[in-house]
Amino acid sequence: MGFRHKDIIALKDLTKEEIELLLDTADNLSEINQRDIKKVPTLRGKTVINLFYEASTRTRTSFEIAAKRLSADAVNITASTSSVVKGETLSDTAANILAMKPDIIVMRHSVSGAHEYLAKRVSCSVINAGDGAHEHPSQGLLDMLTMRQKFGKLAGLKVAIVGDITHSRVARSNIYGLTTMGAKVFLAGPPTMMPPGIERLGNVTVCKDMREAVDQADVVMMLRIQLERQGKTLLPSMREYSRYFGLNPTVLALAKKDAIVMHPGPINRGVELASSVADCDQSAIMKQVENGVAVRMAMLYHVCGGEPVE
Amino acid sequence: MNLLIKGGRVIDPSQGIDETMDVLIADGVVLELGQGIAAPEGTQTIDASGLLVTPGLIDMHVHLRDPGLEYKEDIATGSRAAAAGGFTSVACMPNTSPVIDNKAVACYVVNKAKSEALVNVFPIGSITKGSKGDSLAEMGDLKEAGCVAVSDDGKPVCNSELMRRALEYAKGIGITVISHSEDLALVGEGVMNEGFVSTELGLKGIPWAAEDIAVAREVYLAEFACAPVHIAHISTAGSARIIRNAKARGVKVTCETAPHYFTLTDDAVRGYNTNAKMNPPLRGESDVAAMKAALADGTIDAIATDHAPHHPDEKDVEFNVALNGIVGLETSLPLSLKLVEEGVLDLKGLVSVMSCNPAKILGLDRGTLRVGAVGDVTVIDPAKEWQVDAAKLESKSKNSPFLGWQMKGKAVYTVVKGQVVHQA
Ligand SMILES: [Zn+2]
Ligand SMILES: [Zn+2]
Repeated sequence: MGFRHKDIIALKDLTKEEIELLLDTADNLSEINQRDIKKVPTLRGKTVINLFYEASTRTRTSFEIAAKRLSADAVNITASTSSVVKGETLSDTAANILAMKPDIIVMRHSVSGAHEYLAKRVSCSVINAGDGAHEHPSQGLLDMLTMRQKFGKLAGLKVAIVGDITHSRVARSNIYGLTTMGAKVFLAGPPTMMPPGIERLGNVTVCKDMREAVDQADVVMMLRIQLERQGKTLLPSMREYSRYFGLNPTVLALAKKDAIVMHPGPINRGVELASSVADCDQSAIMKQVENGVAVRMAMLYHVCGGEPVE
Repeated sequence: MNLLIKGGRVIDPSQGIDETMDVLIADGVVLELGQGIAAPEGTQTIDASGLLVTPGLIDMHVHLRDPGLEYKEDIATGSRAAAAGGFTSVACMPNTSPVIDNKAVACYVVNKAKSEALVNVFPIGSITKGSKGDSLAEMGDLKEAGCVAVSDDGKPVCNSELMRRALEYAKGIGITVISHSEDLALVGEGVMNEGFVSTELGLKGIPWAAEDIAVAREVYLAEFACAPVHIAHISTAGSARIIRNAKARGVKVTCETAPHYFTLTDDAVRGYNTNAKMNPPLRGESDVAAMKAALADGTIDAIATDHAPHHPDEKDVEFNVALNGIVGLETSLPLSLKLVEEGVLDLKGLVSVMSCNPAKILGLDRGTLRVGAVGDVTVIDPAKEWQVDAAKLESKSKNSPFLGWQMKGKAVYTVVKGQVVHQA
């Protein structure tokens, strides 16, 4: 089967088969990343614009490398160099970018729904590299790829997601993707960071205590606490947060023996993760970063309609 | 010229009338009500058989954007939208530019309406100077200039002491205070109702408590000051409950809701639909049910539209930056008539909340077809089906979540002081 979407905005929109296809393609493409000459001509002549309204060196670089390994021409536009500061609207920016005839726009935006807005107004493909607190599909896919490589499947896995669920697009994409694939998701976090109705997003369980979520888990996914964003009202202190919602070796010991630890990065060491956990054998964090390139290659490849991969 | 409206089903709760009869208006005033009235020489006759004849509808909460924001709406276009919707009178909020906080601006609205408006336009002055919430506006002057109420609509009066004094002062001069009730700290950066849909869309939510708490404060202040207060656009089950309880113990509180709050839920926001972005936000299923229950038991006194025109450039943007509000004058009547079909209100009840009660709350000598009253009449075809089409809306702005909706019921004649100002 082929991939029928012009855009990839949200994992909520994808079926089990489509997610499997993207993960299979990413698995195949990851071989290219091991070669001496890490480049195939698959997307030669295609133009990819990385439009980043929010700073994120990691995600942008990952998309840029992915585009280049497929021989696409990648151009980066960041908020500081774009016209947002002059009050240009997103629809004006879109029109101007479209006039340059790109094939794909990869966008990161701080406003939820910005991609849906953009995708309706442009003829080229739009890939969501994170919109507000809504979704971050490439992160969700690379997380799932990492889990699938480790356990061979996603169905039946117990995945604990711990931290600021309310503001996390990573959590939402993982909830949609994982529950679609048949994994069981357990959430934990301070009540001030648990949005209403979250258990209805997929078949997820909200736990009062993070130990309940981590108990017998195959995967422990820790979310980044945005120190600058939580202000004074959501948390008493980072110290208290790390005591009750940080992952230390004692809590990790509750998970299955072969459980993996994940984090979308960058880590606040000593807050979400004790350093000893971040760097332990069970940590899959570097594998996540590595898989990011392959997943993004697969996304670029499929929205372009897909020619055979060499 | 005289106007004879013949053979319609006249519904006038102010006189307990619901029967087929004729209405004769002469020199702008209701002259006679009865069966088989003979038309004097030179009388225009409307055949109203099969139609409803009601006191002119009154929308006590609209934004006409004039002066200062005429690119969204002005007094002429806003009044045309009102006439098309069956409204013979509208009360317009003072959050214009400049704010209607002094006699000169109020007089500008009154005079412009006199020369350009199809319907009666009653300005509402601000409670505080510039609606800044710091000090009281000159309410005496505002009233003298023709203002029928005061409100800082668009924002709450945050300072409870100032609100107390506003209620006391307004009571003294006999002008209604209308509260836009919101606890701004709880609203924070919220852009829609806080609930499952906001969780799913990843949008910042506004909790219902932000409205309930503010409504409760107004109720307690009104009770304490022994002064009346009118609460604008209630949208939550909690607000309705608080007001119901307050009324039961004799507090002089009245309130309105808008058609969208008993018609839509926050589901309408899905797809980041900016035409479903308003303040207060569209709420949940149980709130919609509570609005209907509160209309049915008389807790809600009035249906007002909060007609809030915006330019396409202000709505055709990402959800977070879109301005709040929708146009409502031309869709209010059919959406409200649905309440009759659903058995929430009978026709008398509907006319009460759309005409008699708003007149009472604002102290207008309207909302009745009593002999001697001003000849403001709305003739409604309750069966007329039509589709909401942006191109056919009289309002300058088209920001409605009901575009494309199939509607049932329409004002076929809008009569102001005996003159037909709209005919469908
Ligand atoms: Zn308001
Ligand atoms: Zn308003």
